[in-house]
Amino acid sequence: MESILLWLAAILIAPFFSALILKVKAFFGGKKGPPLLINYYTLIKLFKKGSVYSNSTTFVFKLGPIVSCCTALTVLLFLPIAGFDPVFSFKGDVILVLYLLGLGRFFTIAAAMDTASPFEGMGAAREAYFPILCEAAMFMILIFFYRITGMVQLSAFFAGAGTAGLWQAAGAPLIFIVIALFIILLTENSRVPVDDPATHLELTMIHEVMVLDHSGPDFALIELGSFCKLFFYSAIISRLAFPFDTGIAGYNLGIFALVTGCVYLVVGVTESVIARYRMDKVPQFVLTSFALAFFATIITMEFIK
Amino acid sequence: MKNAFIEIKNGAAIPRDEIPHLPFNRVRDLAVSHVKNGGKVVQFFGYEDQGTMKFMTVLRDDKLWAAGCDAPDSYPSMSCEAEPFHLFEREIAEQFGIRPEGHPWLKMVRYQPNERDLPDVFGNDYSEDIPGNYPYYQVQGDDIHEVAVGPVHAGVIEPGHFRFNCIGERVLHLEIQLGYQHRGVEALLKNPAPKRLPIICENIAGDTTIGHGLCMAQAVEALTGVTPDKGAKVIRVIALELERLANHIGDLGALSGDVAFLPPANYFGRLRGDFLNLSLLLCGNRFGKGLVRPGGVSFALDDEMRKILTDRLAELRPQVEHVLELLFSASTVRARFEHCGAVSREDADHLGLVGPAGRGCGLPYDVRRVFPTEAYTDIGIPENSKTTGDVDARAKMRYDEVIQSMEIIQSLITRPIETKPVMPGNYRLAPSSFVVTLNEAWRGEVSHCLLTDDAGQIQRYKVKDPSFHNWNGLAMALRDTGISDFPLNNKSFNLSYCGFDL
Repeated sequence: MESILLWLAAILIAPFFSALILKVKAFFGGKKGPPLLINYYTLIKLFKKGSVYSNSTTFVFKLGPIVSCCTALTVLLFLPIAGFDPVFSFKGDVILVLYLLGLGRFFTIAAAMDTASPFEGMGAAREAYFPILCEAAMFMILIFFYRITGMVQLSAFFAGAGTAGLWQAAGAPLIFIVIALFIILLTENSRVPVDDPATHLELTMIHEVMVLDHSGPDFALIELGSFCKLFFYSAIISRLAFPFDTGIAGYNLGIFALVTGCVYLVVGVTESVIARYRMDKVPQFVLTSFALAFFATIITMEFIK
Repeated sequence: MKNAFIEIKNGAAIPRDEIPHLPFNRVRDLAVSHVKNGGKVVQFFGYEDQGTMKFMTVLRDDKLWAAGCDAPDSYPSMSCEAEPFHLFEREIAEQFGIRPEGHPWLKMVRYQPNERDLPDVFGNDYSEDIPGNYPYYQVQGDDIHEVAVGPVHAGVIEPGHFRFNCIGERVLHLEIQLGYQHRGVEALLKNPAPKRLPIICENIAGDTTIGHGLCMAQAVEALTGVTPDKGAKVIRVIALELERLANHIGDLGALSGDVAFLPPANYFGRLRGDFLNLSLLLCGNRFGKGLVRPGGVSFALDDEMRKILTDRLAELRPQVEHVLELLFSASTVRARFEHCGAVSREDADHLGLVGPAGRGCGLPYDVRRVFPTEAYTDIGIPENSKTTGDVDARAKMRYDEVIQSMEIIQSLITRPIETKPVMPGNYRLAPSSFVVTLNEAWRGEVSHCLLTDDAGQIQRYKVKDPSFHNWNGLAMALRDTGISDFPLNNKSFNLSYCGFDL
């Protein structure tokens, strides 16, 4: 029951956190920025609208937003929030989670290809390419966690005393893992320096260009899905960054929310202080996360046995 | 060359019978050899004179040269030997149905039927209203894909169609088709009422109001024998430099925004507004509309306004320099700008690029230095160019010119500026005369050319915006560049659609 409430709370609060990034970017640009509740207003506005469908699209196009939103919500069911047990958990659930995210992406790409727009095909190609590199890094991180805990289960890594145990077992290499995860967060969620969520230039977009043709409630689902996805990655980093248990549930939640907010702030600062990489340099950036995770794993092989 | 063509001065009228009227082949040979030897084309256009078609050619090296000839029904294309003619030949073919035989790529310029009701050179059916109704250049192969962008774009920008032939992310060729903004400016300029003439010219390209306004005013002044007073000349230079500042700063902000580096994008956006507001101070319009009129300027700059201008510039200059520093010192920005969309000096020379785009490729031509008018005759404009020809070079040209323009304005407003504002009035143009005016607007060389008939009516008013030269530079910059870098390159040229489409 507690976990289900947390799951609902996570979905409800995810759009708020995303607005923090906008606020930080506005601050660096010398602007006031949109209100912190902007994403809720946008979602409500979009849900009230109707959707427009091109004649050339099929059911695949309508399926895309639903699947991508559902997978993001399902993934959160497996996430231990603030160290609490997740709604579902079983051995090997990490693999399921990773491929649920992959399923969501597959349907977004399929919906984009369904429109037969040259832009969206281009975006789809990029969206298919960069996450492959991310996946390599993700599995390397998974190997790292497996080496330390001997488990392949999200709750073993991020629930209860598990995370603190990771730090005790391999504190130094874990710092690499946090950085690698942050790079993956930026890539998977189409943030600067990989993608620019604020641009209007179709030719440079990755994620945004694929959803250009979606409108109204469909687009709201996509937006909600991406808020949840960003929350998923941020929550993991936040838990790794602050693994301690205060013993009081309220404190734990408060601190977790605060640290998660900080992760979003760091994303905002990153977006403000660096320009976007050239498209052909992005793989190098993404592969850095793999290199870091690989290095961290090597260290555990030598010293921790 | 020297014997056959006549040397003319920028903005000085000459009687038409002084212009040598040569046989077409002689003009062709001389013009081709002139361009082959490093000369450039300023104007090459057709006009109808008492029922016969004629060509007028204006070339430049460090001087301006003009000659006329009778137009043949068709002629061997000069573009094969001297590339800078290629767009001019297409324009003549479109406007008058005269075919340049053997032209390497004869396609329409603006999608308009010719004036003489001759069969269309391009075989277009103009009852179909889509300029894109044309078989684009195609690249074939398994991995080739085509991306069509526009004419309607995301964001509030002008219409133009871009067709990319790509292999993966790499652009093999970009074809640009314009003409969506064709308003018939040159037709409107055939004997407009004296009060309308400046207004039409100021609206050829709204962001180059002063540039086009100056060309018009100088041409009319040359043909009426009026000389504006010294103060008016200074105010015109201030206005032109303010226009340059506002646009260059806006462009630098947009370049920054395109690489997702937001702080300078926001700051420059605000600073652009501040400079537009200085134009507002001069004449009550942020784009300088209504300021430049034949005979002078329509608003004086009194000492009180001069003080406000001085104070505002003193305040803005450190801010501009600070944001420039912020933009150009960011390593991630440099990584995007450098080596992106490079045009070699040789290509730039063949295409005849002008303005910051040309100077970025190592062609130092600047009208303010080579053919100075107004108060520029008293200002030493230094020779300035970059060698790399990439986005970085075009951005740095703007950096230099922003600083230079602020210096020019600051030095001009140290002394009192006295001028008598001109009122719009009637004028009589000198009959059977010819004048060419050139000015360095922020995009480069703007040129207007006027021919009057026996009665002092405008017989031909030819307008050339710098974008006419530079659009092909953009297409060239995209060769072998990532398609995702197109917006960045496009911004670094920031060319005018309406200035080209007329």
